[in-house]
Amino acid sequence: MEPGTLSTYLKRGAIWGFIVLELIFFSIAGEFLSLSDKPFMDLDNMLLLFKQSAPIGIIAIGMTLIMINGNIDLSVGAIFAMSAVIFLDSMTWPIFAGLGDAVIPVAWVLALLTGVGLGAINGLIVWKTGVDAFIVTLGAMLGYRGLVFMYNGEQPTSHLNWTLVDFAEAQFLGIHTATWFLLGVTLVLWFIMTRTVHGRNAYAIGDNREAAVNAGIRVGPHFLINFMIIGFLAALSAVVFYAESGSVNPNDGELYELWAITAVVLGGTKLAGGSGSIISTFGGVLAIQLLRKGLGHIGADTETVNLVIGLILIAVLFLDRQLNLKGREALRI
Amino acid sequence: MSEQTPALRLENITKTFPGVKALDDVSFSVLPGEVHALMGENGAGKSTLMKVLGGLHQPDDGQIIVGEQPVRMASPLDAKSKGIVFIHQELSLADELTVAENIYLGELPRKRFGLVDWRRLYAQTNEILKRLNVSFDARALVGDLSIANQQMVEIARALTVDAKAVIFDEPTASLTDAEKVVLFDVISDLKSSGVGIIYISHRMEEIFKITDRISVLRDGAYRGTLETSKTNDEDITQLMIGRTLDLSRNLAHHDVGDVVLKVDNLSCGHLYENVSFEVRHGEVVGFYGLVGAGRTAIAETLFGLREPTAGRIYLDGQPTRIHSPADAIRRGISLVPEDRKAQGLVLGMNCRDNMTLPQVDDLKAGPFVAEGAEIAIFDQYRDRLDIRTPGWRQSVGNLSGGNQQKIVIGKWLSMHPNVLIVDEPTRGIDVGSKSEIHNLIRDLAGLGYAVIVISSEMPEVLHVSDRIVAMFSGKIMRTFTSEEVTEDNLIQAISGLSADKVA
Repeated sequence: MEPGTLSTYLKRGAIWGFIVLELIFFSIAGEFLSLSDKPFMDLDNMLLLFKQSAPIGIIAIGMTLIMINGNIDLSVGAIFAMSAVIFLDSMTWPIFAGLGDAVIPVAWVLALLTGVGLGAINGLIVWKTGVDAFIVTLGAMLGYRGLVFMYNGEQPTSHLNWTLVDFAEAQFLGIHTATWFLLGVTLVLWFIMTRTVHGRNAYAIGDNREAAVNAGIRVGPHFLINFMIIGFLAALSAVVFYAESGSVNPNDGELYELWAITAVVLGGTKLAGGSGSIISTFGGVLAIQLLRKGLGHIGADTETVNLVIGLILIAVLFLDRQLNLKGREALRI
Repeated sequence: MSEQTPALRLENITKTFPGVKALDDVSFSVLPGEVHALMGENGAGKSTLMKVLGGLHQPDDGQIIVGEQPVRMASPLDAKSKGIVFIHQELSLADELTVAENIYLGELPRKRFGLVDWRRLYAQTNEILKRLNVSFDARALVGDLSIANQQMVEIARALTVDAKAVIFDEPTASLTDAEKVVLFDVISDLKSSGVGIIYISHRMEEIFKITDRISVLRDGAYRGTLETSKTNDEDITQLMIGRTLDLSRNLAHHDVGDVVLKVDNLSCGHLYENVSFEVRHGEVVGFYGLVGAGRTAIAETLFGLREPTAGRIYLDGQPTRIHSPADAIRRGISLVPEDRKAQGLVLGMNCRDNMTLPQVDDLKAGPFVAEGAEIAIFDQYRDRLDIRTPGWRQSVGNLSGGNQQKIVIGKWLSMHPNVLIVDEPTRGIDVGSKSEIHNLIRDLAGLGYAVIVISSEMPEVLHVSDRIVAMFSGKIMRTFTSEEVTEDNLIQAISGLSADKVA
């Protein structure tokens, strides 16, 4: 075995170990504390957990790509809301009145284009101005949210299409539509990151941008594509979620960017870029949703849940740092 | 003069690093009111000696005597408190603070309650600035000053302590001629106030203009002190390079072919001006000069990292514009950069991925990377360049410097470039790997590659080059063939002494 292999596997597996711990803890604690008599690890409960993970999960998968690049995208929550507004509202536009249910794919395409377009604006600004992605997307977060409010004021945008609701609530092979989307996105992005040139370049740019430029990689266009991908995924997340709920408030999607980043970081992706894995982010998404559901199961309220997740996030990063320091000292000897 | 107590005396300083004796029994002294030049080639031990003096390294043996007191320099701060002050080549100033704040950084005068006594701060600073006869005020922001004036701030900082000795390390590297005159005035003022001055420089002109004595280091050992008024540049060079080369020059001579790369009157701002040269197939052209002479800037221009402000580049006779590294790579120009860890390698990636990074786009099977093809390329160049690694999965960060450099070279060779530019090919590489890399460069020329080698190590340049371009402050001073070149005339050319240009 090559040096460092074991520790690499340990680190990659850490998030899954954490999930197992959560499952054990909540199963046992649930026996004593839960008001419901259903066990925590009930199949329906777990399937629901996957479904509930989907909206932030789909965004977090895209955020992994952005963060491996060494960038960040704070505007995903606003893109999510804007795409949702376009999605629901476009189905009521008079020009599509004659389409019947054929309006659904049209609305999908419009919403996804909205996401890609807003993402492209971010990417273009980062590419052409060289301003840090944090700043650009911070501005975009405020700006895009402003667009959402301009669209319909404080009013929710609503449209319920029963065909869509049926689609969203369907369970193919027992798994919800939203979960299928999450799994599909995870699989596709995993392939992109591990098997394609684009993925290879993403890691190279995040690890050492100067060396990547010197290897002839065109960093600007690469960034643009990634911001378009995450814009697309934020819109996809909205399209999947609002198929069922049918009503979007102008504040929807707030803090999604932070939850997505939390999941990515829990999954072991470095803020500085250069390393990280799509599958681990998937684990991070599940771990957060498990915590929320599990704490709810044993009777904790939302405030407590947020406090605990915050503490765990810091604890995990502290542990990671300790482990890394140990590793480096060992190398020196 | 010999009756005086030296301001600073170094006695039998020895310093060993693992595997290298960096300083071997070095002794010399600086008198008060004397400007004492310290000379030697790169790697002769000057900077180690200065680090010992500045408290960054502790000597294994020997002592430092300031005035009549033997002292131990525990840290740079300690050295300063004992009256040893450095003016470094790279300035260490806070751009956003005022001149006064920079000068008294860490020891601002205080009033009651620990509040800063601004009035006293500015008054004291202005007094020092008056002594230096400078044009700026204590309240000016350091970031707004020219490099020369920033250097004056560093010097002013030196004057706040009771300096016994001031060390100038290549102080004129980034100064214009007019600014140099001001600096020399300040040095002569310091001198007349009885401070001992150590002046480190490669520039003969300056040495003869302002120094009283010259001490020379070579290979970590003290080689003697000369009176400036009684010597000439040939004696000094003799003392600096008087070694016998263990490397035979130019291992093998190859037939050279057609011109691949021709550069005609290329300029890039102040970095270099009117540079013209050509490189042929099967030829190694060495670029030698001091740090900052413009060699790396030329390489960066050829690789598309800098836009030239004037002049033309021809590839195979065709005028060419190169806007980005991607452009350069497409046209067959590749660069092994100066700082391999920061500019050449993705340290977290494995050996294979690093080696195929520039061409991975061409190695696709459908939408996916063809990993088999990548491994084949890696294996081929691992064998050819004798890269020692347990396997392609090994992270590049874990390899030795020599093997890392071979990965960078292999990265470009596997793309069969027309022109290979190697900047500092053996920096930070152990002796054994050094000669392997030298042989490799010669072999590549033998295979018909056009190679440009930029190096600050004279033996290296002499060893690998068919022709040597000597540069001094952005200009080509002379181009030598391997028959013409001697260590003597090369060192003179890069010190700015011989301006005769030979095609």
